[in-house]
Amino acid sequence: MSRKAIYAIAPLSLLGLVLVAFVFTNPLAPLESNAPPSEHLTVERTILDDHGITLAVRAMGPMPVEIAQIQVDGAYWRFKQEPPKPVDNLGKAKIRIPYPWIENETHRITLVTRSGLTFDHVIEVSRSTPVFGLAQLANFGLLGVFVGVLPVALGMMFFPLLQRFGQTGMTFLLSLTVGLLAFLLIDTLNEALELANRAAPGLRSLQLVWLATLASLATLLVASNRSGSAPEKDALATFIAAGIGLHNFGEGLAIGAAFTAGEAALGSFLIAGFTLHNITEGICIAVLLVGLKPRFRLFVGLTTLAGAPAILGTWAGAFATAPHWTALLLSIGAGAILQVIVEIGRYMLKLNSKHPADTSWSIGLAGFAGGVVIMYATSLLIVF
Amino acid sequence: MPRSLNFLMNRRRLLGGSVFGSIGLFFGRHAEGAGTIERNQKNRNHEGVMTTVGQVGHDRNGFDPTAMLTDWDEGKASTLPDGRTLREFDVVAIDREIEIAPRVFFPAWTYNGRVPGPTLRVGEGDRIRIRFSNAGSHPHTMHFHGIHSARMDGIPGAGEIYPGENFVYEFDAFPFGCHLYHCHSVPLKRHIHKGLYGAFIVDPDPARHPEEAEVARSRRLGASENAAWQEFVMVMNGFDTNFDDENEVYAVNSIAHAFSKQPIRIDRTRPVRIYLVNVTEFDPINSFHLHANFFDYYDAGTTLEPTSRTIDTVMQCQGQRGILEFTFADHEPGMYMFHAHQSEFAELGWMGFFEVA
Repeated sequence: MSRKAIYAIAPLSLLGLVLVAFVFTNPLAPLESNAPPSEHLTVERTILDDHGITLAVRAMGPMPVEIAQIQVDGAYWRFKQEPPKPVDNLGKAKIRIPYPWIENETHRITLVTRSGLTFDHVIEVSRSTPVFGLAQLANFGLLGVFVGVLPVALGMMFFPLLQRFGQTGMTFLLSLTVGLLAFLLIDTLNEALELANRAAPGLRSLQLVWLATLASLATLLVASNRSGSAPEKDALATFIAAGIGLHNFGEGLAIGAAFTAGEAALGSFLIAGFTLHNITEGICIAVLLVGLKPRFRLFVGLTTLAGAPAILGTWAGAFATAPHWTALLLSIGAGAILQVIVEIGRYMLKLNSKHPADTSWSIGLAGFAGGVVIMYATSLLIVF
Repeated sequence: MPRSLNFLMNRRRLLGGSVFGSIGLFFGRHAEGAGTIERNQKNRNHEGVMTTVGQVGHDRNGFDPTAMLTDWDEGKASTLPDGRTLREFDVVAIDREIEIAPRVFFPAWTYNGRVPGPTLRVGEGDRIRIRFSNAGSHPHTMHFHGIHSARMDGIPGAGEIYPGENFVYEFDAFPFGCHLYHCHSVPLKRHIHKGLYGAFIVDPDPARHPEEAEVARSRRLGASENAAWQEFVMVMNGFDTNFDDENEVYAVNSIAHAFSKQPIRIDRTRPVRIYLVNVTEFDPINSFHLHANFFDYYDAGTTLEPTSRTIDTVMQCQGQRGILEFTFADHEPGMYMFHAHQSEFAELGWMGFFEVA
């Protein structure tokens, strides 16, 4: 046996011995108590239809969690569980409750475990969960067009205007873009963390959000600098469109899920707000095309790359989603936005290397502040 | 106005155009909503869809709520030199996990391993001697609602015993009526709701009530006038399984939905008498409502004349109790419901049926 193999095997076999010794001798027995095992249940998805309420539940605990009884609005109710056995740690179960839920009203569900612990789940506004089908795909797709594709396309239409700006104007616009992106970054991370908090605690989604953001940033930085130089112009515009696309996927997902869960039932303001808010995304991309002679095809391509993921997002949100997956996707989006901020920063430094630093820095600061303020102000238009 | 139309109108006003045209379709689809009520009512039977799922293991618990209805513990009876009856009981406080709804287990404190504890049934004026021992993990008492000396009150400082200790409560059974006993150690709420309570019934002595001797005899267990009666003891209780000072389960004799899953059989040719005791913690009151019938009520059971006549719902505060008398003689056979008329309690387990035959 080679030396290398021994070095690898020795600690592993010792670990095995320690585990075996631990299991057989139970050295920590004096610390054990007969307290009931800690357990946790998270409802990941709610479906309301003509048969009643269906819940997708994930469990956490050192012992399988037994869902003994279920209360709906403070009344014990019949239910069927699939599979009909205690749910393993991080395992999933589907619960069907034949409950005559009432449209537009709130229902509270309490899961009672064997040890009498209770876990509450609130359906804020009850409405039929959309059934997967062509018509509903079209409807949710349209929703994605309104919050994603349309605003990006409208924003890109500022291109001719942006072209009229000179060197100083460009510095201002680029830093404005960084401001817009900074807001998107925080927004995306915030959304990801919120979802991670709602996810089953055993999945460690909070840690996942930060790690996925960093991993996504690192991967994209490496990928975009592979040619040896930092991406510029249409390459940078493509990266920014991709990053915004991931953000919009997450946004679409959140909207689709919110509609499905009845959390965003009164939606006219919501959609109008998103449309206005997201116009800035199109401007971000268009700014980077200034100085080029882009073809119409490039505009269409970038708009699709940045906007169309919102359609996929609303579908995923409406028909299949679990909070931890959404959180993961949003974190990847956050990393992508961070990467674009870094690249724009490098591009601006290069662009301004010939100019006296003091003026360009103050213009940059003004642009950045302007971007953040625009985003904040338009975000106030989004009324859930 | 239909919701979808309303939405369209608002939207037009706001945006002044048809840009969002077919999103109305999307909202309209939702409006078809809940056709669930009709469907669910098709498969209704007496137990219905609003119930706990499964069966409680009464054997494992060591007590059965149906058997408890008629399980009178008259103690070991003997005659004292002065001719009076002496009744001796042995009661042990034991910690025990009990199943209070199918698959829901509660770490209870019990008298003699059951919740509620044994139904002690004695005669008015009998000498009562209770040897109480504590095999539990906390100090406990037996505090009787009745007439006795301060030394026999079963409170901290008078009859409270620590694990491994014993105490003998001794007193004469007065007044006649439907009473209760419970642990009076502190913290009081926790000691009671963990399961330390039971019914204490004192039957009237006909000799002491010559003017109403007939009625008194009908109340006296073992008397021929009593034989025709169908007597049940019902202890209304609740369980706070997650210790948030609210009950997750309500019941009569501890087991949620026990009498909707297994209705109480009633022979309609014979009258019914219920000894009803409320020991529900956390909620100030509980109640009993009888369907399709009315009853006479004797508050605390300390009178031989009803304190309320012809009522179908009676309310009891914590520790209150009384006797209900009614008959199904003129009813057709069938399932007659009874439950707390706090819908909340009924929906969380406190409901049942009389199967009248």
